[in-house]
Amino acid sequence: MKSLRAFRFASPATFYPLAGRLQPLFAALALVLAAAGLWLGFFVAPTDAQQGEGYRIIFVHVAASWMAMFLYCVMAFWAGVGLAFHVRLAAMMASAVAPTGAMFALLSLLTGALWGKPMWGTWWVWDARLTSTLVLFMLYLGFMALQAAIDDPRRSDKAGALLALVGVVNVPIIYFSVRWWNTLHQGATVSLTKSPSMAQTMLWGMLLMALAFWMYAIAASLGRVRNILLEREAHTDWVRHAVA
Amino acid sequence: MSALVEGATVPAAAARAGAARTHGPLFVALRRDLLLAARHRSEVFTALSFFVVVTSLFPLGIGPEPELLRRIGPGALWVAALLATLLGLPRLFASDHADGTLEQMALAPRSFALQVAGKMAAHWLVCGLPLVLMAPLLGLQFGLDADALGVLVVSLLVGTPLLSLIGAIGAALTLGVRGGGALLALLVLPLYVPALVFGSGAVEAQAAGLSVRAHLSILGAMLVLALCFAPWATTAALRIAME
Repeated sequence: MKSLRAFRFASPATFYPLAGRLQPLFAALALVLAAAGLWLGFFVAPTDAQQGEGYRIIFVHVAASWMAMFLYCVMAFWAGVGLAFHVRLAAMMASAVAPTGAMFALLSLLTGALWGKPMWGTWWVWDARLTSTLVLFMLYLGFMALQAAIDDPRRSDKAGALLALVGVVNVPIIYFSVRWWNTLHQGATVSLTKSPSMAQTMLWGMLLMALAFWMYAIAASLGRVRNILLEREAHTDWVRHAVA
Repeated sequence: MSALVEGATVPAAAARAGAARTHGPLFVALRRDLLLAARHRSEVFTALSFFVVVTSLFPLGIGPEPELLRRIGPGALWVAALLATLLGLPRLFASDHADGTLEQMALAPRSFALQVAGKMAAHWLVCGLPLVLMAPLLGLQFGLDADALGVLVVSLLVGTPLLSLIGAIGAALTLGVRGGGALLALLVLPLYVPALVFGSGAVEAQAAGLSVRAHLSILGAMLVLALCFAPWATTAALRIAME
Protein backbone atom coordinates (compact mmCIF):
# COMPACT_ATOMS: atom_id res chain seq x y z
CA MET A 1 0.00 0.00 0.00
CA LYS A 2 2.96 2.23 0.67
CA SER A 3 3.93 2.31 -3.02
CA LEU A 4 0.39 3.37 -3.91
CA ARG A 5 0.75 6.39 -1.66
CA ALA A 6 3.90 7.46 -3.50
CA PHE A 7 2.10 7.24 -6.85
CA ARG A 8 -0.50 9.65 -5.45
CA PHE A 9 1.86 12.45 -6.49
CA ALA A 10 1.66 11.38 -10.14
CA SER A 11 -1.69 13.16 -10.15
CA PRO A 12 -1.40 16.79 -11.28
CA ALA A 13 -3.77 18.05 -8.57
CA THR A 14 -1.59 16.65 -5.75
CA PHE A 15 1.75 17.28 -7.42
CA TYR A 16 1.13 20.98 -8.07
CA PRO A 17 1.07 22.04 -4.39
CA LEU A 18 3.90 19.62 -3.54
CA ALA A 19 6.09 21.15 -6.25
CA GLY A 20 5.15 24.59 -4.95
CA ARG A 21 6.36 23.66 -1.46
CA LEU A 22 9.56 21.95 -2.68
CA GLN A 23 10.65 24.63 -5.14
CA PRO A 24 11.76 27.31 -2.61
CA LEU A 25 13.55 24.60 -0.62
CA PHE A 26 15.68 23.54 -3.59
CA ALA A 27 16.21 27.15 -4.64
CA ALA A 28 17.53 27.98 -1.15
CA LEU A 29 19.79 24.91 -1.19
CA ALA A 30 21.12 25.99 -4.60
CA LEU A 31 21.92 29.48 -3.28
CA VAL A 32 23.71 28.21 -0.16
CA LEU A 33 25.72 25.59 -2.07
CA ALA A 34 26.64 28.07 -4.82
CA ALA A 35 27.79 30.61 -2.25
CA ALA A 36 29.92 27.98 -0.50
CA GLY A 37 31.28 26.63 -3.79
CA LEU A 38 32.17 30.07 -5.16
CA TRP A 39 33.79 31.08 -1.87
CA LEU A 40 35.89 27.91 -1.93
CA GLY A 41 36.69 28.41 -5.60
CA PHE A 42 37.60 32.08 -5.54
CA PHE A 43 39.14 32.60 -2.09
CA VAL A 44 40.33 29.28 -0.70
CA ALA A 45 41.55 27.24 -3.69
CA PRO A 46 45.24 27.83 -4.52
CA THR A 47 46.38 29.52 -7.72
CA ASP A 48 47.14 26.99 -10.45
CA ALA A 49 50.85 26.47 -11.18
CA GLN A 50 50.42 26.61 -14.98
CA GLN A 51 47.21 28.49 -15.63
CA GLY A 52 47.34 31.22 -12.96
CA GLU A 53 44.06 32.72 -11.78
CA GLY A 54 42.27 32.18 -15.10
CA TYR A 55 41.64 28.53 -14.30
CA ARG A 56 39.02 29.52 -11.67
CA ILE A 57 36.35 29.47 -14.36
CA ILE A 58 36.61 25.68 -14.01
CA PHE A 59 34.24 25.85 -11.04
CA VAL A 60 31.43 26.98 -13.31
CA HIS A 61 32.59 25.30 -16.51
CA VAL A 62 33.01 21.72 -15.33
CA ALA A 63 29.87 21.78 -13.19
CA ALA A 64 27.84 23.15 -16.12
CA SER A 65 29.21 20.47 -18.48
CA TRP A 66 28.35 17.72 -16.00
CA MET A 67 24.85 19.07 -15.57
CA ALA A 68 24.30 19.40 -19.33
CA MET A 69 25.06 15.69 -19.79
CA PHE A 70 23.32 14.57 -16.62
CA LEU A 71 20.13 16.50 -17.35
CA TYR A 72 19.87 14.87 -20.78
CA CYS A 73 19.79 11.50 -19.01
CA VAL A 74 17.24 12.82 -16.52
CA MET A 75 15.11 14.10 -19.40
CA ALA A 76 15.37 10.75 -21.21
CA PHE A 77 14.48 8.94 -17.97
CA TRP A 78 11.27 10.93 -17.48
CA ALA A 79 10.51 10.62 -21.18
CA GLY A 80 10.90 6.84 -20.92
CA VAL A 81 8.70 6.64 -17.82
CA GLY A 82 6.07 8.78 -19.54
CA LEU A 83 6.12 6.62 -22.67
CA ALA A 84 6.14 3.28 -20.87
CA PHE A 85 3.55 3.94 -18.16
CA HIS A 86 1.49 6.66 -19.88
CA VAL A 87 2.14 9.10 -17.05
CA ARG A 88 1.43 12.60 -18.29
CA LEU A 89 3.30 14.20 -15.43
CA ALA A 90 6.52 12.34 -16.34
CA ALA A 91 6.30 13.63 -19.92
CA MET A 92 5.76 17.15 -18.56
CA MET A 93 8.85 16.74 -16.36
CA ALA A 94 10.86 15.86 -19.48
CA SER A 95 9.71 19.04 -21.23
CA ALA A 96 10.41 21.05 -18.08
CA VAL A 97 13.99 19.76 -17.75
CA ALA A 98 14.96 20.40 -21.39
CA PRO A 99 15.37 24.23 -21.30
CA THR A 100 17.54 24.03 -18.15
CA GLY A 101 19.69 21.36 -19.77
CA ALA A 102 20.08 23.46 -22.91
CA MET A 103 20.99 26.45 -20.74
CA PHE A 104 23.76 24.46 -19.01
CA ALA A 105 25.08 23.21 -22.36
CA LEU A 106 25.22 26.80 -23.61
CA LEU A 107 26.83 27.95 -20.34
CA SER A 108 29.43 25.21 -20.72
CA LEU A 109 30.20 26.32 -24.29
CA LEU A 110 30.43 30.00 -23.32
CA THR A 111 32.63 29.47 -20.27
CA GLY A 112 34.72 27.07 -22.36
CA ALA A 113 35.24 29.80 -24.95
CA LEU A 114 36.14 32.33 -22.22
CA TRP A 115 38.60 29.85 -20.73
CA GLY A 116 40.02 28.80 -24.09
CA LYS A 117 40.93 32.36 -25.13
CA PRO A 118 43.62 32.94 -22.46
CA MET A 119 44.74 29.29 -22.23
CA TRP A 120 44.81 28.10 -25.84
CA GLY A 121 44.81 31.57 -27.44
CA THR A 122 41.57 30.96 -29.31
CA TRP A 123 37.84 31.20 -28.59
CA TRP A 124 36.94 27.98 -30.28
CA VAL A 125 38.74 24.86 -31.40
CA TRP A 126 37.18 21.87 -33.07
CA ASP A 127 38.09 19.73 -30.17
CA ALA A 128 36.31 16.56 -29.11
CA ARG A 129 34.69 17.77 -25.91
CA LEU A 130 33.67 21.15 -27.27
CA THR A 131 32.18 19.56 -30.35
CA SER A 132 30.28 16.90 -28.46
CA THR A 133 28.86 19.55 -26.11
CA LEU A 134 27.80 21.52 -29.19
CA VAL A 135 26.06 18.42 -30.58
CA LEU A 136 24.40 17.88 -27.20
CA PHE A 137 23.16 21.47 -27.30
CA MET A 138 21.70 20.79 -30.77
CA LEU A 139 19.97 17.65 -29.46
CA TYR A 140 18.33 19.77 -26.74
CA LEU A 141 17.28 22.34 -29.36
CA GLY A 142 15.85 19.58 -31.55
CA PHE A 143 13.81 18.17 -28.65
CA MET A 144 12.37 21.58 -27.78
CA ALA A 145 11.73 22.48 -31.44
CA LEU A 146 9.89 19.19 -32.04
CA GLN A 147 7.70 19.67 -28.97
CA ALA A 148 6.99 23.29 -29.92
CA ALA A 149 6.01 22.30 -33.48
CA ILE A 150 3.29 19.84 -32.43
CA ASP A 151 0.08 21.38 -31.12
CA ASP A 152 -1.59 18.29 -29.69
CA PRO A 153 0.01 17.90 -26.23
CA ARG A 154 -0.37 14.09 -26.18
CA ARG A 155 1.42 13.67 -29.50
CA SER A 156 4.04 16.28 -28.61
CA ASP A 157 4.80 14.45 -25.33
CA LYS A 158 5.18 11.08 -27.01
CA ALA A 159 7.13 12.30 -30.04
CA GLY A 160 9.50 14.24 -27.77
CA ALA A 161 9.92 11.21 -25.53
CA LEU A 162 10.86 8.96 -28.44
CA LEU A 163 13.36 11.55 -29.69
CA ALA A 164 14.90 11.85 -26.22
CA LEU A 165 15.32 8.06 -26.06
CA VAL A 166 16.87 7.91 -29.53
CA GLY A 167 19.14 10.77 -28.46
CA VAL A 168 20.25 9.10 -25.24
CA VAL A 169 21.35 6.00 -27.18
CA ASN A 170 23.29 8.28 -29.52
CA VAL A 171 24.95 10.55 -26.95
CA PRO A 172 27.69 8.05 -26.02
CA ILE A 173 28.22 7.10 -29.68
CA ILE A 174 28.56 10.76 -30.63
CA TYR A 175 30.83 11.40 -27.65
CA PHE A 176 33.26 8.62 -28.53
CA SER A 177 33.16 9.23 -32.28
CA VAL A 178 34.06 12.87 -31.77
CA ARG A 179 36.71 11.89 -29.23
CA TRP A 180 38.47 9.64 -31.72
CA TRP A 181 38.07 12.30 -34.35
CA ASN A 182 40.14 14.93 -32.55
CA THR A 183 41.39 15.57 -29.06
CA LEU A 184 43.11 18.72 -27.87
CA HIS A 185 41.11 19.31 -24.70
CA GLN A 186 42.88 18.46 -21.48
CA GLY A 187 41.87 15.04 -20.21
CA ALA A 188 38.99 14.71 -17.77
CA THR A 189 39.84 16.69 -14.66
CA VAL A 190 38.02 14.32 -12.35
CA SER A 191 38.03 10.62 -13.07
CA LEU A 192 36.64 7.69 -11.18
CA THR A 193 39.47 5.34 -12.08
CA LYS A 194 42.45 7.41 -10.93
CA SER A 195 42.97 9.94 -8.20
CA PRO A 196 42.16 13.47 -9.34
CA SER A 197 45.08 15.55 -10.58
CA MET A 198 44.28 18.58 -8.47
CA ALA A 199 44.16 19.97 -4.98
CA GLN A 200 41.44 18.71 -2.63
CA THR A 201 39.97 22.20 -2.16
CA MET A 202 39.51 22.60 -5.93
CA LEU A 203 37.71 19.27 -6.07
CA TRP A 204 35.43 20.28 -3.20
CA GLY A 205 34.68 23.61 -4.84
CA MET A 206 33.72 21.88 -8.07
CA LEU A 207 31.57 19.28 -6.34
CA LEU A 208 29.77 22.01 -4.38
CA MET A 209 29.13 23.96 -7.57
CA ALA A 210 27.84 20.82 -9.31
CA LEU A 211 25.48 20.18 -6.39
CA ALA A 212 24.36 23.83 -6.48
CA PHE A 213 23.60 23.56 -10.21
CA TRP A 214 21.76 20.30 -9.59
CA MET A 215 19.56 21.90 -6.93
CA TYR A 216 19.00 24.88 -9.23
CA ALA A 217 17.99 22.53 -12.05
CA ILE A 218 15.45 20.83 -9.76
CA ALA A 219 14.03 24.17 -8.60
CA ALA A 220 13.81 25.55 -12.14
CA SER A 221 12.22 22.36 -13.50
CA LEU A 222 9.65 22.27 -10.69
CA GLY A 223 8.73 25.88 -11.41
CA ARG A 224 8.42 25.16 -15.10
CA VAL A 225 6.40 21.98 -14.62
CA ARG A 226 3.98 23.93 -12.41
CA ASN A 227 3.38 26.34 -15.27
CA ILE A 228 2.92 23.50 -17.75
CA LEU A 229 0.43 21.89 -15.35
CA LEU A 230 -1.61 25.08 -15.08
CA GLU A 231 -1.62 25.47 -18.85
CA ARG A 232 -2.61 21.87 -19.64
CA GLU A 233 -5.18 21.49 -16.84
CA ALA A 234 -6.74 24.94 -17.26
CA HIS A 235 -10.19 23.35 -17.70
CA THR A 236 -10.18 21.53 -14.33
CA ASP A 237 -11.60 22.56 -10.98
CA TRP A 238 -8.36 22.26 -9.02
CA VAL A 239 -6.65 24.79 -11.30
CA ARG A 240 -9.50 27.23 -10.78
CA HIS A 241 -9.08 26.77 -7.01
CA ALA A 242 -5.29 27.04 -7.22
CA VAL A 243 -5.37 30.23 -9.29
CA ALA A 244 -8.22 31.85 -7.41
CA MET B 1 -21.14 -1.52 -63.55
CA SER B 2 -20.12 -2.33 -60.01
CA ALA B 3 -19.87 -6.00 -60.91
CA LEU B 4 -17.51 -5.06 -63.71
CA VAL B 5 -15.30 -3.04 -61.40
CA GLU B 6 -15.29 -5.80 -58.84
CA GLY B 7 -14.46 -8.33 -61.50
CA ALA B 8 -11.51 -6.20 -62.52
CA THR B 9 -10.13 -5.66 -59.06
CA VAL B 10 -10.57 -9.06 -57.49
CA PRO B 11 -7.84 -10.87 -59.46
CA ALA B 12 -5.44 -8.01 -58.85
CA ALA B 13 -6.19 -8.05 -55.13
CA ALA B 14 -5.82 -11.82 -55.08
CA ALA B 15 -2.50 -11.54 -56.84
CA ARG B 16 -1.35 -8.95 -54.31
CA ALA B 17 -2.46 -11.16 -51.42
CA GLY B 18 -0.60 -14.06 -53.04
CA ALA B 19 2.55 -11.94 -53.29
CA ALA B 20 2.18 -10.97 -49.63
CA ARG B 21 1.87 -14.60 -48.62
CA THR B 22 4.86 -15.82 -50.55
CA HIS B 23 7.20 -12.86 -50.00
CA GLY B 24 6.32 -11.33 -46.68
CA PRO B 25 5.52 -7.76 -45.71
CA LEU B 26 9.05 -6.39 -46.11
CA PHE B 27 9.33 -7.48 -49.73
CA VAL B 28 5.83 -6.25 -50.63
CA ALA B 29 6.44 -2.79 -49.18
CA LEU B 30 9.87 -2.64 -50.85
CA ARG B 31 8.46 -3.68 -54.23
CA ARG B 32 5.60 -1.18 -53.98
CA ASP B 33 7.87 1.76 -53.12
CA LEU B 34 10.33 0.86 -55.87
CA LEU B 35 7.46 0.69 -58.33
CA LEU B 36 6.25 4.12 -57.20
CA ALA B 37 9.79 5.51 -57.54
CA ALA B 38 10.03 4.06 -61.05
CA ARG B 39 6.82 5.86 -61.98
CA HIS B 40 8.17 9.18 -60.61
CA ARG B 41 11.67 8.95 -61.98
CA SER B 42 12.30 12.70 -61.81
CA GLU B 43 12.35 12.59 -57.97
CA VAL B 44 15.25 10.15 -58.01
CA PHE B 45 17.19 12.38 -60.36
CA THR B 46 16.46 15.47 -58.27
CA ALA B 47 18.31 14.05 -55.26
CA LEU B 48 21.16 12.88 -57.46
CA SER B 49 21.44 16.26 -59.21
CA PHE B 50 21.41 17.95 -55.82
CA PHE B 51 24.37 15.77 -54.79
CA VAL B 52 26.26 16.76 -57.96
CA VAL B 53 25.47 20.47 -57.61
CA VAL B 54 26.44 20.68 -53.94
CA THR B 55 29.78 18.91 -54.46
CA SER B 56 30.51 21.20 -57.41
CA LEU B 57 29.93 24.24 -55.21
CA PHE B 58 32.76 23.35 -52.82
CA PRO B 59 35.61 24.03 -55.31
CA LEU B 60 33.87 27.26 -56.35
CA GLY B 61 33.64 28.41 -52.75
CA ILE B 62 37.07 27.27 -51.62
CA GLY B 63 39.34 27.63 -54.64
CA PRO B 64 40.71 25.34 -57.35
CA GLU B 65 44.07 24.32 -55.77
CA PRO B 66 44.31 20.54 -56.41
CA GLU B 67 46.11 19.86 -53.12
CA LEU B 68 43.41 21.59 -51.08
CA LEU B 69 40.61 19.87 -53.01
CA ARG B 70 42.19 16.46 -52.51
CA ARG B 71 42.28 17.22 -48.80
CA ILE B 72 38.64 18.31 -48.43
CA GLY B 73 37.21 15.94 -51.09
CA PRO B 74 36.13 13.04 -48.87
CA GLY B 75 34.53 15.34 -46.30
CA ALA B 76 32.77 17.43 -48.94
CA LEU B 77 31.39 14.33 -50.66
CA TRP B 78 30.21 12.90 -47.36
CA VAL B 79 28.51 16.14 -46.28
CA ALA B 80 26.82 16.38 -49.69
CA ALA B 81 25.65 12.76 -49.38
CA LEU B 82 24.25 13.57 -45.94
CA LEU B 83 22.27 16.51 -47.31
CA ALA B 84 21.08 14.62 -50.39
CA THR B 85 19.75 11.79 -48.18
CA LEU B 86 18.03 14.36 -46.02
CA LEU B 87 16.33 15.81 -49.08
CA GLY B 88 14.48 12.57 -49.84
CA LEU B 89 13.39 11.90 -46.25
CA PRO B 90 10.20 14.02 -46.02
CA ARG B 91 8.77 12.05 -48.97
CA LEU B 92 9.41 8.72 -47.26
CA PHE B 93 6.08 8.66 -45.40
CA ALA B 94 4.33 11.92 -46.38
CA SER B 95 2.33 10.79 -49.43
CA ASP B 96 1.35 7.46 -47.86
CA HIS B 97 0.25 9.35 -44.77
CA ALA B 98 -1.77 11.83 -46.83
CA ASP B 99 -3.79 9.22 -48.75
CA GLY B 100 -4.30 6.86 -45.80
CA THR B 101 -2.08 4.01 -47.08
CA LEU B 102 0.06 4.24 -43.98
CA GLU B 103 -2.92 3.69 -41.69
CA GLN B 104 -3.95 0.65 -43.72
CA MET B 105 -0.42 -0.70 -43.35
CA ALA B 106 -0.56 -0.16 -39.59
CA LEU B 107 -3.95 -1.89 -39.34
CA ALA B 108 -3.05 -4.76 -41.67
CA PRO B 109 -2.61 -8.17 -40.00
CA ARG B 110 1.10 -8.30 -40.82
CA SER B 111 4.09 -6.76 -39.11
CA PHE B 112 4.01 -2.98 -39.47
CA ALA B 113 7.70 -2.82 -38.52
CA LEU B 114 8.65 -5.08 -41.44
CA GLN B 115 6.60 -3.02 -43.88
CA VAL B 116 8.30 0.11 -42.57
CA ALA B 117 11.67 -1.63 -42.94
CA GLY B 118 10.72 -2.36 -46.54
CA LYS B 119 10.00 1.31 -47.12
CA MET B 120 13.36 2.24 -45.58
CA ALA B 121 15.15 -0.25 -47.82
CA ALA B 122 13.39 1.27 -50.83
CA HIS B 123 14.45 4.75 -49.70
CA TRP B 124 18.06 3.63 -49.59
CA LEU B 125 17.88 1.94 -53.00
CA VAL B 126 16.32 5.06 -54.52
CA CYS B 127 18.17 7.85 -52.65
CA GLY B 128 21.33 6.25 -51.23
CA LEU B 129 22.61 3.75 -53.77
CA PRO B 130 22.71 6.24 -56.69
CA LEU B 131 24.89 8.50 -54.54
CA VAL B 132 27.31 5.63 -53.90
CA LEU B 133 27.50 4.91 -57.64
CA MET B 134 27.97 8.58 -58.50
CA ALA B 135 30.60 9.26 -55.81
CA PRO B 136 33.69 7.92 -57.67
CA LEU B 137 32.98 10.25 -60.59
CA LEU B 138 32.70 13.26 -58.29
CA GLY B 139 35.74 12.04 -56.34
CA LEU B 140 37.75 12.28 -59.57
CA GLN B 141 36.82 15.96 -59.75
CA PHE B 142 38.45 16.38 -56.35
CA GLY B 143 41.59 14.60 -57.53
CA LEU B 144 41.23 11.50 -55.35
CA ASP B 145 43.33 8.53 -56.53
CA ALA B 146 41.98 5.05 -57.25
CA ASP B 147 42.61 3.64 -53.77
CA ALA B 148 40.94 6.61 -52.07
CA LEU B 149 37.97 6.28 -54.44
CA GLY B 150 37.63 2.61 -53.50
CA VAL B 151 37.58 3.40 -49.78
CA LEU B 152 35.14 6.26 -50.39
CA VAL B 153 32.72 3.95 -52.21
CA VAL B 154 32.93 1.26 -49.52
CA SER B 155 32.43 3.82 -46.72
CA LEU B 156 29.41 5.29 -48.51
CA LEU B 157 28.07 1.81 -49.22
CA VAL B 158 28.09 1.02 -45.49
CA GLY B 159 27.22 4.57 -44.41
CA THR B 160 24.28 5.58 -46.60
CA PRO B 161 21.95 2.78 -45.35
CA LEU B 162 22.78 4.02 -41.85
CA LEU B 163 21.74 7.54 -42.91
CA SER B 164 18.45 6.22 -44.32
CA LEU B 165 17.73 4.24 -41.14
CA ILE B 166 18.40 7.12 -38.72
CA GLY B 167 16.69 9.61 -41.01
CA ALA B 168 13.53 7.52 -41.16
CA ILE B 169 13.06 7.98 -37.40
CA GLY B 170 13.21 11.75 -37.87
CA ALA B 171 10.89 11.59 -40.89
CA ALA B 172 8.34 9.63 -38.85
CA LEU B 173 8.57 12.03 -35.89
CA THR B 174 8.03 15.12 -38.06
CA LEU B 175 5.24 13.57 -40.13
CA GLY B 176 2.61 16.25 -40.78
CA VAL B 177 4.27 18.69 -38.39
CA ARG B 178 4.56 22.43 -38.99
CA GLY B 179 7.89 23.44 -40.59
CA GLY B 180 8.66 19.75 -41.16
CA GLY B 181 11.68 20.05 -43.46
CA ALA B 182 13.83 22.39 -41.38
CA LEU B 183 12.80 20.62 -38.18
CA LEU B 184 13.76 17.27 -39.72
CA ALA B 185 17.24 18.64 -40.48
CA LEU B 186 17.61 19.91 -36.91
CA LEU B 187 16.61 16.52 -35.47
CA VAL B 188 18.54 14.28 -37.81
CA LEU B 189 21.81 16.08 -38.62
CA PRO B 190 23.26 15.90 -35.07
CA LEU B 191 22.55 12.15 -35.11
CA TYR B 192 24.48 11.86 -38.40
CA VAL B 193 27.72 13.07 -36.75
CA PRO B 194 29.17 9.60 -35.99
CA ALA B 195 28.48 8.35 -39.55
CA LEU B 196 30.19 11.44 -40.97
CA VAL B 197 33.19 11.13 -38.64
CA PHE B 198 33.91 7.49 -39.44
CA GLY B 199 32.84 7.65 -43.09
CA SER B 200 35.09 10.50 -44.15
CA GLY B 201 37.62 9.41 -41.51
CA ALA B 202 38.10 6.11 -43.37
CA VAL B 203 39.18 7.92 -46.54
CA GLU B 204 41.47 10.22 -44.60
CA ALA B 205 43.03 7.28 -42.76
CA GLN B 206 43.74 5.67 -46.13
CA ALA B 207 45.34 8.91 -47.35
CA ALA B 208 47.52 8.97 -44.21
CA GLY B 209 48.66 5.40 -44.88
CA LEU B 210 46.74 3.88 -41.96
CA SER B 211 44.45 0.87 -41.98
CA VAL B 212 40.85 1.71 -42.84
CA ARG B 213 39.52 -1.44 -41.23
CA ALA B 214 38.85 0.18 -37.83
CA HIS B 215 36.74 2.99 -39.32
CA LEU B 216 34.77 0.67 -41.57
CA SER B 217 34.22 -1.84 -38.74
CA ILE B 218 32.76 0.83 -36.48
CA LEU B 219 30.61 2.12 -39.34
CA GLY B 220 29.41 -1.45 -39.90
CA ALA B 221 28.72 -1.92 -36.19
CA MET B 222 26.60 1.25 -36.16
CA LEU B 223 24.74 -0.02 -39.22
CA VAL B 224 23.92 -3.31 -37.47
CA LEU B 225 22.77 -1.42 -34.36
CA ALA B 226 20.58 0.86 -36.48
CA LEU B 227 19.18 -2.13 -38.39
CA CYS B 228 18.02 -3.62 -35.08
CA PHE B 229 16.52 -0.51 -33.55
CA ALA B 230 15.63 2.00 -36.27
CA PRO B 231 12.64 0.12 -37.82
CA TRP B 232 11.23 -0.41 -34.35
CA ALA B 233 11.68 3.25 -33.32
CA THR B 234 10.29 4.45 -36.66
CA THR B 235 7.22 2.25 -36.25
CA ALA B 236 6.64 3.66 -32.75
CA ALA B 237 7.01 7.22 -34.09
CA LEU B 238 4.57 6.51 -36.94
CA ARG B 239 1.99 5.12 -34.52
CA ILE B 240 2.35 8.28 -32.42
CA ALA B 241 1.91 10.44 -35.53
CA MET B 242 -1.24 8.56 -36.60
CA GLU B 243 -3.04 8.50 -33.24
